[in-house]
Amino acid sequence: MHNEALTWSFAVRGPGWPMLVSAQIPHSPRFFTADTSERRGVRTVEKVGTIYRGGQGQWAFAAHRISGALVFFFLMAHILDTALVGFGPKFYNRVVGVYHNPVIRLMEIGLAGAVLFHALNGLRIMAIDFFPKASDRQRELLGFVIGLFMVLFAPAVFFMGRELLHSL
Amino acid sequence: MAVAERARPATKRPPGGSDINLWTWFFMRISGIVLLFLVLGHFTIVHLMGGGINRVNFAFVSGRWSSPFWQTWDWTMLFLGMLHGANGMKVIIDDYVRRPGARVALKSTLYVMTFVLILLGTLIILTFDPTKGRSAVLGGIAG
Ligand code: HEM
Repeated sequence: MHNEALTWSFAVRGPGWPMLVSAQIPHSPRFFTADTSERRGVRTVEKVGTIYRGGQGQWAFAAHRISGALVFFFLMAHILDTALVGFGPKFYNRVVGVYHNPVIRLMEIGLAGAVLFHALNGLRIMAIDFFPKASDRQRELLGFVIGLFMVLFAPAVFFMGRELLHSL
Repeated sequence: MAVAERARPATKRPPGGSDINLWTWFFMRISGIVLLFLVLGHFTIVHLMGGGINRVNFAFVSGRWSSPFWQTWDWTMLFLGMLHGANGMKVIIDDYVRRPGARVALKSTLYVMTFVLILLGTLIILTFDPTKGRSAVLGGIAG
C-alpha cells in the first residue's frame, strides 16, 4: 500500500461524523500536488458513505482542529489586548487587571492545554508526514503524545492552579 | 482500507492546479516547528515563571520590549501564529462551509482581520517607546 493511502485512512477513520470528512486531507505533499483547492476528494468520500471504523486517529484529528481554532481566536484577542499597551500605563493596567480574575485564570489553564496538545500532536502529524513509516506505529505515537502532554501539562496546572487558588 | 483507495484522487495534477497547496502545506509545518519553541517558551516565561500573569502589567511589557530580542521574539510569534492560524482556519472553512456566498464572506472576513491584526501588532511592537511609555501609533490618540 502506498504511504499516502496509509496517512489518508488514518485521518479518515472515526466515529462517522460527516463533518469530519475533511480528515481526508492527508498530510502528504504528493496528495496536494494531485488534488487542489477544489477538494474533489471531499465529495467522493461523502458519496462513499459510512466509511468510518472508529479510532483514536479521528479523535486526535478533531482535537487538533478544535484546539487550533481555539488558539487562533485567543491569539486575535491577545493581539488586541496587548495593543492597548500603546495607550500607555493607566489604560493597559486597568484592562490587563481583568486577567487576574479566577474565571479568566481557569481559561488560561484551558488555553495552555489546547496549545500544548496542538503543538505535540502537530509534531506527531509531522513525524508521519516526513517519515511515512511512522504510520505503522500510530498507536504508539499517539500514546507518546498523550503521555508527554500529561507530563508537561501537570507542572503548568500546578503553577497556574496555585495562582488561581491565591486569587480566590 | 478499500475506501481509502477509492477516495484517493487521481494522481495527475488537474488543470489549473497550482503549487500553492504544496507551499502552504510546507509552511504549516515549518511555522509549526518555529511556533513550538516560540509559543511554549513564551508561555513558560510569561505565564508560569515568577508568579505568571500576576506580574504582567505595563512595566513588565515595557521592560521586555526595551530589548530587541523580545521584540523580535514576540513579533515573529505574532506573524507566524496569525499566518499559520489563518491558513488553518481557511482549511476549516473550506471543509465545512459549502455555500459559495458564505464561504467567500467568511474567508474575506478572515483575511481582512488577519491583515489588520498583523498590521496593528507590528506597528505597536515597532513603534513602542519605553521611555515615553507608549507606542507612537496609539499614544497619539490617547493624547
Ligand atoms: C505550537 C506549535 C504548533 C505546531 C507544532 C502546529 C502544527 C500544526 C500542524 C502540523 C497542522 C496541520 C497542518 C495541515 O494539516 O496541513 C496545524 C494545523 C492548524 N494549526 Fe497549528 N501548530 C502550532 C501552533 C498553532 C497556533 C499558535 C495556532 C493558532 C493561532 C494554530 C492553529 C492551527 C489551525 C487552525 C490549524 C488547522 C487545523 C485543521 O485543519 O484541522 N497552530 N498545526
